[in-house]
Amino acid sequence: MNKLWLIIQREYLTRVKKKSFILVTLLTPLGFGLLMFVSGYLASNSMNSKKRIVVVDESGILDNEELSNSQFDFDISTLPLNEIDTSYAKLGYDLLLNVPAISDLSSTKHNVDFYSKEKLSLVALQQIEGKMSRSLKAYKISKSDIDQETIDQLEMNVTLANAVTSDLEGDKSDKVSIGVASALSYLMGFLMYMVIFIYGSMVMRSVMEEKINRIVEVMISSVRPFQLMLGKITGVGLVAMTQLFIWMILLFGIMVVFSSTMAPDPNLAAGGMGEAGEMLAGISAQSDMTDLLRGIKSLNWLLIIPSFVMFFLGGYFIYSSLFAAVGSAMGDDLGEGQQLMMPILIPVIIAISLVFPVLNNPNGNLAIFGSMFPLFSPILMPARLPFDPPVWQVILSMVILFASVVFMIWFAGRIYRVGILMYGKKVSFKEIGRWLFVKN
Amino acid sequence: MSILSLQNVVKNYHNHTAVDNVSFDVPKGSVFGLLGPNGAGKTSLIRIITTITMADSGQVLLDGEPINFNHPSQIGYMPEERGLYKKMKVGEQLLYLAQLKGMPHKEAKQKLYSWMEKFDIISWWDKKVEELSKGMQQKIQFIATVVHDPKLLILDEPFSGLDPINTNLIKDEIDQLNKGGTSIIFSTHRMEQVEEVCENIILINNGKKVLDGNVAQIKIDHKENLFKVEFDNSILNIEDLNNFEILSSQHDGIEVKLNAGMKPNDLLGSLINKGAEINSFNEVLPSINDIFISRVGESQE
Repeated sequence: MNKLWLIIQREYLTRVKKKSFILVTLLTPLGFGLLMFVSGYLASNSMNSKKRIVVVDESGILDNEELSNSQFDFDISTLPLNEIDTSYAKLGYDLLLNVPAISDLSSTKHNVDFYSKEKLSLVALQQIEGKMSRSLKAYKISKSDIDQETIDQLEMNVTLANAVTSDLEGDKSDKVSIGVASALSYLMGFLMYMVIFIYGSMVMRSVMEEKINRIVEVMISSVRPFQLMLGKITGVGLVAMTQLFIWMILLFGIMVVFSSTMAPDPNLAAGGMGEAGEMLAGISAQSDMTDLLRGIKSLNWLLIIPSFVMFFLGGYFIYSSLFAAVGSAMGDDLGEGQQLMMPILIPVIIAISLVFPVLNNPNGNLAIFGSMFPLFSPILMPARLPFDPPVWQVILSMVILFASVVFMIWFAGRIYRVGILMYGKKVSFKEIGRWLFVKN
Repeated sequence: MSILSLQNVVKNYHNHTAVDNVSFDVPKGSVFGLLGPNGAGKTSLIRIITTITMADSGQVLLDGEPINFNHPSQIGYMPEERGLYKKMKVGEQLLYLAQLKGMPHKEAKQKLYSWMEKFDIISWWDKKVEELSKGMQQKIQFIATVVHDPKLLILDEPFSGLDPINTNLIKDEIDQLNKGGTSIIFSTHRMEQVEEVCENIILINNGKKVLDGNVAQIKIDHKENLFKVEFDNSILNIEDLNNFEILSSQHDGIEVKLNAGMKPNDLLGSLINKGAEINSFNEVLPSINDIFISRVGESQE
């Protein structure tokens, strides 16, 4: 076992001490942070630059004061369309609108033409459409027998509120916490997917390198092939945990810095959210944030965090041992290896494509069976975790997963011990199947 | 007493028999040659001895004990295909390999320092392996093979790819180790390379033992009564020597095969009678290569 420890140490230290590892580990979160800053900066910048819009109002119902806000500056043109349509840019306007007169009050459609030098964003178009619609609707109301008050009274806004209190049986989550749970599900599912591929292929490359370098024959005249494989998988696993841990800490730090330097200005945020922001005018950004925090707090972190770590370990080991087996069977030719990768790719792809259906019904049959199958469970169970799956299911899934990990490591070891000594032969699945039963 | 003893070892692979009922003994402290053409089963045999694989049947005894997974620390094996971790520093790598052989860190470091000083390469300690030339890497590989003082050293084609200077250097070190009591197995298909070094050999072909034993004895057993006599050939009419089978005739002598019942003295007597001035007289012993070819009946490189 002392030898296994030596192997783990080497596999871990040689990777962690590499310059490329240190750079990637430090720069990835920084790059991510930079991206956040830049996009935040650009977003707030584009909000600050108001668009100047001139309107040729043939209907005569528009009021520039009412239309203008932090994003748009409306002016009603004093000139007719045929005089301003060539000169609006020179006059300092970004956009020219032509609102024709309303001839038929019963019509629910109205065409407004626009002229612009630049391409307009979809959001801007929708916002302007919204403004026009509301102005025209107000005009139509004023021309009808109904008064504005009656219209306002007709509005209905239904909110589904969870009525399960602490002394009642049942689920207590509301819309926000369900939203938070879904986001976390995606995040954990995709994180597992990334982990499996990034670190699994790291194991595979390393196995291939040893085989091609021929160091493997020297190694296995000192240690058992199984020790070498297990040491490698464990060493790389520790690298994965180190890297993810540093990323988490750095990302958290960057988020804190980000949110403090770019303190959301409620006006600005409302402007950014455009129409939705205006509709939400009553709700301040502050209460939105507390809702989110409440959603985050409502999750069962005591179940989620330790379970996620377990599924992370199980998922990593089950797949990286498969990657090791495939690496041992590959020759110098990566091309022919593509075919050998299929048994790994297929279950991962199925699992990741099941994330969406599972989220639609996180405690349905598909979710339950999917999160029991050991090749899927490392991705699907973490995705279910935020939705309070029954604890017995989580434990059963873990037991199945870890039993399968033991089997898979044994299974991969059988292939590995033969594969690493095979040279110059194109390997088929049939051949690999035979390796399983080869005596030592 | 044998350091290594193989008894009826068989190893089958999927569609061929790599080692077919092979038995041999390596005397303690000897230099032993494992000879055979490429693909004869040498590497398969070595893998069994080094516990990389296991024999399907038969027994392998190291120093009298059935081979087991504790034995690798007593064996030093340098494979034909050399391999080192290219990105690792020389010192780190040697330490790692020595520790995997069961040496404590401190002792390994001391030993490695003394070996590297001996080869005058201590300055390479912090260099990466990929920065070294192939010959340099061979030296590192050799140190990795012997640093843990193995009882048995197995060298597979140890001189391939080495220049003459390094070949001699390694040869001298192997000699030193042998004098210190290490038993050595040379595996090679270059038979002429080892006949002078090895006391005992085994010749294998197609997984089967062709012959084994003491080199000198094997040569005597396979001698064909060939003699080379040197004299001034130009003044003699050798056609008169019709009692003898003359294989070749040069201006400075002849090679003769003596028929059964004839003694070397008979040949010398008749030559002297003819008035030849004998310069030298030698028995010609067959080379291992010749013996192999005659036994297997096929040509080697």
